[in-house]
Amino acid sequence: MPGKDNQTVLQVTGLSVDFHLGKATVHAIEDVSFDLRTGRTTCFVGESGSGKSVTARAVMNIVEPAVIREGTITLFDLEEGEELNIAALDADGPKIRAVRGARIAMIFQEPMSSLSPVHTIGQQIIEAIMLHQQVDKKEARKRAIDALAAVHIRDPESAVDRYPFEYSGGMRQRAMIAMALACEPDVLIADEPTTALDVTTQAEILKLIRELQDRFGMAVMFITHDMGVVAEVADDVIVMYKGKVVEHGQVVQVFHNPQASYTRQLINASLGLEEAPARPVHGQREKPLISARNVSLNFPPQRSWLGSKGSGVLALDDVSFDLYPGEILGIVGESGSGKTTLGRVLMGRYQPQTGTAHFSDRDGNSRDLTSRDSFRDKQVYREIRMIFQDPNSSLNPRMTVEQIIGEPLTVAGLAKGKDLRERVAKLLSRVGLSPGMMERYPHAFSGGQRQRIGIARAIALDPRVVIADEATSALDGSIRAQILDLLLELRDELDLSIIFIAHDIGVVRYFCDRVAVMNSGKIVETGTAHQICDNPQNDYTRKLIAAVPRPDPLKRKLMPPVAAE
Amino acid sequence: MTAYILRRLVAIVLTLLALSVVVFVVIQLPPGDFVTSYIARISGSGESIDQATIDALRAQYRLDDPVIVQYWAWLKGMLVGDFGFSFEMKRPVSEIFASRIGNSLAVEMLAVIVMWSVAIPIGIYSAVYQYSIGDYFATIIGFLGLALPNFLFALVLMYISYVWFGVTITGLYSPEYMNAHWSLAKFLDFCSHVWAPVLVISTAGSAQLIRVLRANLLDELNKPYVLTARAKGLKKSKVILRYPARVAMNPLISVVGWVLPTVISSSFVTAIVLNLPTLSPILLRALLSQDMYLAGALILFMGFLTMMGTLISDILLAWVDPRIRLGMAGAN
Repeated sequence: MPGKDNQTVLQVTGLSVDFHLGKATVHAIEDVSFDLRTGRTTCFVGESGSGKSVTARAVMNIVEPAVIREGTITLFDLEEGEELNIAALDADGPKIRAVRGARIAMIFQEPMSSLSPVHTIGQQIIEAIMLHQQVDKKEARKRAIDALAAVHIRDPESAVDRYPFEYSGGMRQRAMIAMALACEPDVLIADEPTTALDVTTQAEILKLIRELQDRFGMAVMFITHDMGVVAEVADDVIVMYKGKVVEHGQVVQVFHNPQASYTRQLINASLGLEEAPARPVHGQREKPLISARNVSLNFPPQRSWLGSKGSGVLALDDVSFDLYPGEILGIVGESGSGKTTLGRVLMGRYQPQTGTAHFSDRDGNSRDLTSRDSFRDKQVYREIRMIFQDPNSSLNPRMTVEQIIGEPLTVAGLAKGKDLRERVAKLLSRVGLSPGMMERYPHAFSGGQRQRIGIARAIALDPRVVIADEATSALDGSIRAQILDLLLELRDELDLSIIFIAHDIGVVRYFCDRVAVMNSGKIVETGTAHQICDNPQNDYTRKLIAAVPRPDPLKRKLMPPVAAE
Repeated sequence: MTAYILRRLVAIVLTLLALSVVVFVVIQLPPGDFVTSYIARISGSGESIDQATIDALRAQYRLDDPVIVQYWAWLKGMLVGDFGFSFEMKRPVSEIFASRIGNSLAVEMLAVIVMWSVAIPIGIYSAVYQYSIGDYFATIIGFLGLALPNFLFALVLMYISYVWFGVTITGLYSPEYMNAHWSLAKFLDFCSHVWAPVLVISTAGSAQLIRVLRANLLDELNKPYVLTARAKGLKKSKVILRYPARVAMNPLISVVGWVLPTVISSSFVTAIVLNLPTLSPILLRALLSQDMYLAGALILFMGFLTMMGTLISDILLAWVDPRIRLGMAGAN
């Protein structure tokens, strides 16, 4: 729709949103102004808490319990030539409800929890259609099926009657998009729509949004913290920091001639990951610490009351690898590739049917991690520790930081009382937290700080191997870099070996010495991080690498190049 | 689904068998039997009873047979619908059941309906307007309802209605309707009595349900799908009823499971204080007087109701929540 392109459809001026917490007032965003134009994508970047999501919600006037203090949000009806100030409307009134879903639609980060678990996909899309279009149920259902077909969901006729939990993550996000676009809105707000997805799925979703934008000519407000994604999809970029817009410009200008120091910081953090130099290979000539050979694990078929179904899932298929002392081994792959299962096998959580995984412990004994007996005396648990993905749910909210970090020490009977406190204090300062924080509970910490607590807990027993399962996936760019640096320091200082399980191949080049790429339970390729990233041999690896967005709008891989202005 | 239900039913039968053994053994555990406690009561009131009568009684109730023989006779009887004979009330157990189970069911079902219809709107209000004056009010009343023992509430209610209104609220029927056939007049009389036990029983129950629903709904209200529904353009009140409230309803449905056995057990004290012609006071009396067939049948019946209740709530949950339904079929 070339005629509809590049017209201002939404204009925000001087927007400020406040949270009232008791007597205190927190300014969530202050004096934010921007335009959204048809056919163009405006990216909002910044760390969590910078006000990106609040801005997006303000555009729909759903900010409760916060309030829009001042500013205007003008929505232009391009056909009728009318204007509507959204900021001035009653937040639950008929006028704003006629806008939501019909003229401005929204998709969110968590495709699972953003859809009602107890309604079918179809019911949820049909509801949106019938709210805004004068059609009967049958016609609405037909349109819902069309919408699902438009987002390339296979077999939309039957998919429409399925529940969200029967969809995969990428499918759910497609269904969300179908729902958002069912009424052909002028503005699509996408709030971190790909953050929870694998790189390959992310690439598909980004392409899909672009394709639909070309088709319907809507303006897209795209919120993300990933500079690589920004470089791929943005026409215009707005950088937010602590509730304020610190930079606003066209994508090439923002990336290649950033004005604000905060923008430069964001770009450097992402480039740091991208352009890390090759580093000396660690300890390859020594005897491997863990040596896994031909490990296969078949999850038995689920037993239901109808009897057993299928032949089970082959989670690990003939997996072999070595972990050398002092080495960081990355294990990458999409979700479902078996990488987390592999980590759990090494921790004795599952016993594979075939194969061995020899671990030479501190006393020089060889223990087979595939056998339950190796874990009996708890020695292995002292030497191999884990760090988990979600820093929120991997710390017990009812325990103080002292109790959390001290627990492995107490369980191992290594320290108690004053001695314990001293050791916890040391561990806290080691991971960059103040020992004075010992008495606090996890909720008093930010995501990055919580992950530091998780790391302190992992190194409390002076382990030799740390398995980090997606340890940085839930963190923002700059915080992610800090945590990776902390792990690198600890590796050198404590002579750790790290198995780094990740779906984000972008951090692997920066962080890992060697990488094993997994697909459907198999290791398809192993090599140094640079070799895997720069010269992948396997088709699957190539596909994975190609899907990683690069933080440079002039080197786009997924989208058409930036148009010359 | 049918296979699932069948399997559960088989499990219920097996559990009941096991339960019958336990029940029988437990009832036999206290020293003595019905006749000894009968003698104790007779001599307690100053009369005496001769040995011949005692022997006749023992023979009549077959109390001197080995336990296994007694159990087997009891079980065999039950299989053909004969639940034994109540020594105390001198009537077959099944007859006692028949005369009282209707009352029990009526009182408990009414109480459950009241519980739900009070708890659902208040619970939703409390969650949506968390920390509002209305929420605090509901919370205070709720905790009072929870904290106040049922029997005390019943006594206070009796006192107030007698002193202030001159009405006795014990029983379920006025004396003149006690043995009358059902008629409009009897029904109205029933209504004028039944509100008291229903009020007493449902107060504590709804207080509990309000807390459960409020807590669940508070969790659900912050889920992203609520925002999705609002972003569609739905009205806020509609969003809440259609999405989070529906998901938060699960614990209320599981309540059905424990409501059924309460037909006998929960309103124990209330029923005794208010002198209700329901099953609960009978159970207490039967246990005190070691009236073993009556007590055994009642406890077994309670076990049966518990298991049926659980089954019904499981089926209802599966019907309401697709995650459970499809999970049951082994679909993931």
